[in-house]
Amino acid sequence: MTSAQKTRAAQPAAGRRGGSPPESAAGRPPAGRRRRTAALTPWLFLAAPLTLLVMFTYIPVADMIGYSLTDWDGISPTRSYVGGENYTDLVTRPARFEVFLVSGFYLAASFVQIALALYFATVLSFNTRFRNLFKGLLFFPYLINGVAVGFVFLYFFQPDGTLDTLLRLFGVEGEHLWLGDPDLANPSLAGVSVWRFMGLNMVLFLGAIQSIPPHLYEAAALDGANRWQQFRHIIVPGIKPVISLSFILAVSGSLAVFEIPYIMTGGANGTETFVIQTVKLAFQFDKVGLASASAVVLLILIVLITWVQRRLIPEERVELS
Amino acid sequence: MTTTTDTHVPVRPRPRLRRADRGVLSRTAVTLKYLSLLLASAVVVVPLVVVLLTSLKTESEVANGGPLSLPGDWFNFANYGTAFEQGAMLTAFGNTMLILVVSTAGTVLIGSMSAYAIDRFRFRAKKLVMGGFLLATLVPSVTTQVATFQVIDELGAFNTHWAPILLYTGTDIVSIYIFLQFIRSIPTSLDEAARIDGANSWTIYWKIILPMLRPAVATVVIVKGIAIYNDFYVPFLYMPDPELGTISTALFRFKGPFGAHWETICAGTILVIVPTLIVFLALQRFIYSGFAAGSTK
Repeated sequence: MTSAQKTRAAQPAAGRRGGSPPESAAGRPPAGRRRRTAALTPWLFLAAPLTLLVMFTYIPVADMIGYSLTDWDGISPTRSYVGGENYTDLVTRPARFEVFLVSGFYLAASFVQIALALYFATVLSFNTRFRNLFKGLLFFPYLINGVAVGFVFLYFFQPDGTLDTLLRLFGVEGEHLWLGDPDLANPSLAGVSVWRFMGLNMVLFLGAIQSIPPHLYEAAALDGANRWQQFRHIIVPGIKPVISLSFILAVSGSLAVFEIPYIMTGGANGTETFVIQTVKLAFQFDKVGLASASAVVLLILIVLITWVQRRLIPEERVELS
Repeated sequence: MTTTTDTHVPVRPRPRLRRADRGVLSRTAVTLKYLSLLLASAVVVVPLVVVLLTSLKTESEVANGGPLSLPGDWFNFANYGTAFEQGAMLTAFGNTMLILVVSTAGTVLIGSMSAYAIDRFRFRAKKLVMGGFLLATLVPSVTTQVATFQVIDELGAFNTHWAPILLYTGTDIVSIYIFLQFIRSIPTSLDEAARIDGANSWTIYWKIILPMLRPAVATVVIVKGIAIYNDFYVPFLYMPDPELGTISTALFRFKGPFGAHWETICAGTILVIVPTLIVFLALQRFIYSGFAAGSTK
């Protein structure tokens, strides 16, 4: 490095632009060695990234598939090969499928979330007073720490707590076990997820809407199109890629829900999700084999969904930044 | 609505009627618009404000008053003291900051080096490398924890700061894409000029590419920093030692000892939210564009 700097300093500034190729190549090592080092250089830059990539993505995936065919408990040095037993166990026990029903609540909630986000993004893209204030307020929940969100809503949903008190103001009496009643727990938790993530969708949509050329609206306004028609025929087609991306993310996201239900109910009262179940199997019940099989199933599902997304949505999506 | 006989001027009779119509219509629409915005803002703010109010109340105020009642003393910060000391929040902030700074720096280096190697060199297996990174974006880390845990354990990193640092640095492929996208806009003539001056690849990367990548670095630092500050899963699984608590896990541990002491839990929650609020207010514009860039790639 130092020698490079010296040569650089020694060269006159004018020589930089005007220097003819043979002249500038004079000080370099012979072509053969140069080619070899040149071939090596990218690998020097990639050494650390690739090591980490293999160590924390590919080895775990391979190991996981391996574990899923054994009865390993995660600690003992021995494990025996059981073939597809873990998978049949997963498929044949209906209790294990209840977690997918729970995902259904989050999926439904994410549709509500996308609809709300579309509405608010559209409203905020038109002339609105305090636009930035509203945008900031609606987006902020997304930035809040998950545990803090969990506690905020644990308090909010307390029996006779904030929500019950507010409902009483509107004439709805009674104490509800928002998180204790299995019928209410999942909708409540899914509601928290809408509260937390709606702002992100909104900001994504808003960014996409703002990249629609303004002359389209002007032309539409001249033709007498109202706001709904502008929304229907300009905004929706204009941001379609982001909308479909959001739907795909909603599907894979609702399968991978963990934080909110784990922090708020620990998976009790029928709120256990796929990931909570897997974590419990692996780290509480020491059934690493079974947990791996279940994780492999989730991985396959998510990879499939993402693959469908990549096929459906063309590579050149949107420039938001 | 109107019958226009003259096809040449179909626009003229319309606006008059429409304008009158629109006057009423748009006023209702505007009212509804602001009502919906106010309602949504209330939904966002009320749960947070209630927590703030509770954090300022005394124990008996919480026990006897409703959740919407106001604290007797608006400057009662006693709960914050309790939360801060007994909740080991200082250690938690320290641990989080350490992990955050090291992993963010690591992510920036790893991401920009990968992008530099992939974009600026021609080498065999380049497609394979690209494919390797691309395929990894399909694997959500939440699904592989069962096996990642064993890798971390074998490295001896379990229950040390290294576990989250390695995981945050090693599994962030999105940032590589952000850098890759940005590095393409830096003209290669800059590299060539420096190479003619005798600079080697490392010098070019360190003195030219990395400084030019500054906007991308800002994006990655913001998105990554917030993600690490908020992450619960990784520290929860890999650092069970209370001494190694981060913001998330330290706050999570409030659940046991402070069980029914909502005033303390609320104070702890506010303590965690305030830094986020400050960062958000200070960096709003970067945060919006950062998340837009980060989550669609």
